[in-house]
Amino acid sequence: MADEREGIKVAAAAKPHLAADQPLLRIDGAVKDFGAFRAVDGVSLDIGAGEFFALLGPSGCGKTTLLRMLAGFEAPDQGRILLGGNDIAQALPHERPINMMFQSYALFPHLSVRDNIAFGLRRAGMARGDIAARVAEMVALVKLEGMEKRKPDQLSGGQRQRVALARALARRPQLLLLDEPLAALDKKLRESTQAELMELQRRLGMTFIIVTHDQEEAMTMATRIGVMDAGKLVQVATPRQLYEAPRSRWIAQFVGDINLFEGELQSYDGHRLTIVTRDAGPLVVVEPRVPVGKAKLSVAIRPEKVKLSRRESGGHADQGPAINRLEGTVSDVCYLGGSTTYTVKLDAGGTVQSAIANTVRRDADAYGVNQRVVAWFTSNDCVVLEQ
Amino acid sequence: MRKLARLSRFNVASLALGLAFLYLPILILVIYSFNASRLVTVWGGWSLRWYREFFNDGAMIEAAWMSLRVAVASASIATVLGTLAAVALSRGEGFRGRTLFSGMLYAPLVMPEVITGLSLLLLFVALNAERGFWTVTIAHTTLTMCFVAVVVQSRLGSLDRSLEEAAMDLGCNPVRAFLLVTLPLIAPAIVAGWMLAFTLSLDDLVIASFTTGPGSATLPIRIYSEVRLGVKPEINAICTLVIGLIAIVIVIASLASKLSSSQGESAAPL
Amino acid sequence: MSARRIFARPARFAAIAPYLWMALFFLVPFGFVLKISLSQTAIAQPPYEPVFDLTAGWAAIKAAFGALSIDNFKLLVSDDLYVFAYVRSLTVAITATAILLVIGYPIAYGMARLPTRWQAVAMVLVIVPFWTSFLIRIYAWINILQHDGLLNKILLALHLVSQPVVWLSTDSAMYLGIVYSYLPFMILPLYATLAKMEPALEEAAADLGAPPGAVFWLVTFPLSLPGVGAGVLLCFIPIVGEFVIPDLLAGSNSLMIGQTLWLEFFTNKDWPVASAAAIILLVVLLAPLLLYERVQRRQLEER
Repeated sequence: MADEREGIKVAAAAKPHLAADQPLLRIDGAVKDFGAFRAVDGVSLDIGAGEFFALLGPSGCGKTTLLRMLAGFEAPDQGRILLGGNDIAQALPHERPINMMFQSYALFPHLSVRDNIAFGLRRAGMARGDIAARVAEMVALVKLEGMEKRKPDQLSGGQRQRVALARALARRPQLLLLDEPLAALDKKLRESTQAELMELQRRLGMTFIIVTHDQEEAMTMATRIGVMDAGKLVQVATPRQLYEAPRSRWIAQFVGDINLFEGELQSYDGHRLTIVTRDAGPLVVVEPRVPVGKAKLSVAIRPEKVKLSRRESGGHADQGPAINRLEGTVSDVCYLGGSTTYTVKLDAGGTVQSAIANTVRRDADAYGVNQRVVAWFTSNDCVVLEQ
Repeated sequence: MRKLARLSRFNVASLALGLAFLYLPILILVIYSFNASRLVTVWGGWSLRWYREFFNDGAMIEAAWMSLRVAVASASIATVLGTLAAVALSRGEGFRGRTLFSGMLYAPLVMPEVITGLSLLLLFVALNAERGFWTVTIAHTTLTMCFVAVVVQSRLGSLDRSLEEAAMDLGCNPVRAFLLVTLPLIAPAIVAGWMLAFTLSLDDLVIASFTTGPGSATLPIRIYSEVRLGVKPEINAICTLVIGLIAIVIVIASLASKLSSSQGESAAPL
Repeated sequence: MSARRIFARPARFAAIAPYLWMALFFLVPFGFVLKISLSQTAIAQPPYEPVFDLTAGWAAIKAAFGALSIDNFKLLVSDDLYVFAYVRSLTVAITATAILLVIGYPIAYGMARLPTRWQAVAMVLVIVPFWTSFLIRIYAWINILQHDGLLNKILLALHLVSQPVVWLSTDSAMYLGIVYSYLPFMILPLYATLAKMEPALEEAAADLGAPPGAVFWLVTFPLSLPGVGAGVLLCFIPIVGEFVIPDLLAGSNSLMIGQTLWLEFFTNKDWPVASAAAIILLVVLLAPLLLYERVQRRQLEER
């Protein structure tokens, strides 16, 4: 054990040496119970060096507990956590070459910006001159020049966030953990900070793991996203895969808005599925991914992929993939600035939402409530999900 | 401004009357300590006569010196023990005997002093301890460490736990995290705890009466025996000096805690 | 193992010294009080028997055990003097606590409604008298209340009375002294709960049509009950055993139990009876003490 810890400390100073196919971090069957409550339920996950990985999920899904296990604040009851091949599951926080940026920032209120950033370097026994150089480098990195002598309570929220980031980066950890790092910032600042964090991560080539409940934030920043629900990791995918090919109804609904139609499989010709739905009639879907064993299925379609036409225009000419046409009446119009969301009450019984970009300023063609319309989407744009 | 509007006339009146009730008697006492007249209630002009009398009263001075020594010694021991107890209670999670421990710490806060005093005396008698400075100091430490523990524990409880986690994350073991982060942040509460212990010890009559021995009376014991015989102007002077001393302690300590922490955190109350 | 537990291991070591101290100087002494309360008075040093002498051998200790008796307790529950003292202590404590609540609540409420900056000032103003000596504050009142004291002078000058009123050595003076001394103990817990209360709650009640009186009784007061409980216990328990204030300000014809205990101990040198009186006082206060311990623990540990 002692040797292992030494090994980790040495590795902290240098870049990790990994075999080509070895992940930087491997979580293997991690389980954590709090009394009778299972917070993390058998999570296995590989994260490679240089990734910007997001753990996404609703509050209480176990994502923060998983992050705290990586930091060493919680030890898993079962499973292993391998960093560069070493099992660190039982190592104490100060023995790990991993640093964390806390949701509350946890800046030491009695120390100046400089001393906050130097705190971890001093503990590592770095030489005085090296510390000064590293602090200066970090201060420049987060653009806080001139603020070194201030105390945390003399900084704005955005500046505090930068100090917290600089402090966590100063030790050059192999892995940086960010616990809801932007939650305390207002919307505008959050967006610019997202961009800065991404730029920083690319420039440093460091591995970031971020915990967030905000799916837009995860999609914007991360190269890969792990979605958690009730302690389980339910899907790990790139943002695009996650959005366009969610693995379950729950994920489809959690990430973005979606129309779901439940139904039964009627026919499958090896290429196209025909599903008879209760609320929208028969729908045709091109979906090579689904193992067609189950009869009960759902058809999922994102609102922005549902187009509307005036009924009298007769729709578009049929060509290429099959088009699903649903006749109905506009029941609600929600103008959002960049786009407008229409709710259409279908003649078949259900409703469907359609998000249409407002590409021109004066939209004489905008649809009104009670207008008869055809909502249509191609068979390529929808996804079949098991119930 | 909106907040001001919430104050009704009734609120203002009750505040003003309440504070006047708390302060007027003390103010009157201080003023009369400068009274030249022997008759306590007849104003005979300003004078320092009774202060001179006090400084010439050997027995009184001796008692005051005894009280000061006891107060400093017991407050210092109580601050160490009380802080340790607060750390154990707020950071120790569950441990064996915890309920008994917190019971022993909170009970003396309200326990009638006659009981605490009597029981400690009986212990000292059974141990055949010579009664005097040390027995009073031990008795006062026992009482005041509980107050220190409460003051420090309330500060520890309001501290963001992620500060300690951040320290560990940045390479501190738990003990170092406590020394480098927690301790500086609770320092104002520790100082406030010491002050509270000091003044409680300086003030105590009942427990000291039980636990002291012949020939080592504390200041309150002497004041008490004088007061029982009636009002003496010299007592006014002594009381004013004690109030002055406590005021100085409070000012110094609050300045010190203000300097040591930029947080603007006011010293924890009782 | 969690973060809290990483910290807990060294933190528990911190308990050792204060634990041993409190066990030795707070818990063990009660054993001695209990033992001596079962002993007999003797003209000796120490003034009670039997004295346990561990060197005298097992037989002597057994004999000493045989000599223990509950005579002192029989005396205390049969003699009117003591029974009255207990009854009076409880009456005084209940009355004084009620007065303290009635006076303290409006003050605490006023403080909680001050602008935040002034709240801190008001808090210091309430605490500072508590830091000045208790004895001195009682003494200050003797100055004012005595026969030719300031109060009588003012009353005479205003022609409200024709001759000086006797204030000292009356129950009124004692209640005044108790209220004066314990007021901060009542105000601070009340203020703490009132200040924490969300102002929007009162505004919501008013918005929903409650007149100011109803807002107070239906919303503010029920929500401040934890503070009321803490304040009441913080005052009631020590007042029951109070010695200095009744001794200096009240008359000597009816005594509180603290005074009786003091008298038995210092004047009559009857340590066993004083100990028995302490044991009974402790038993009387056991329920409020346990309650107080729970309140205190909840307040400090459940955040």
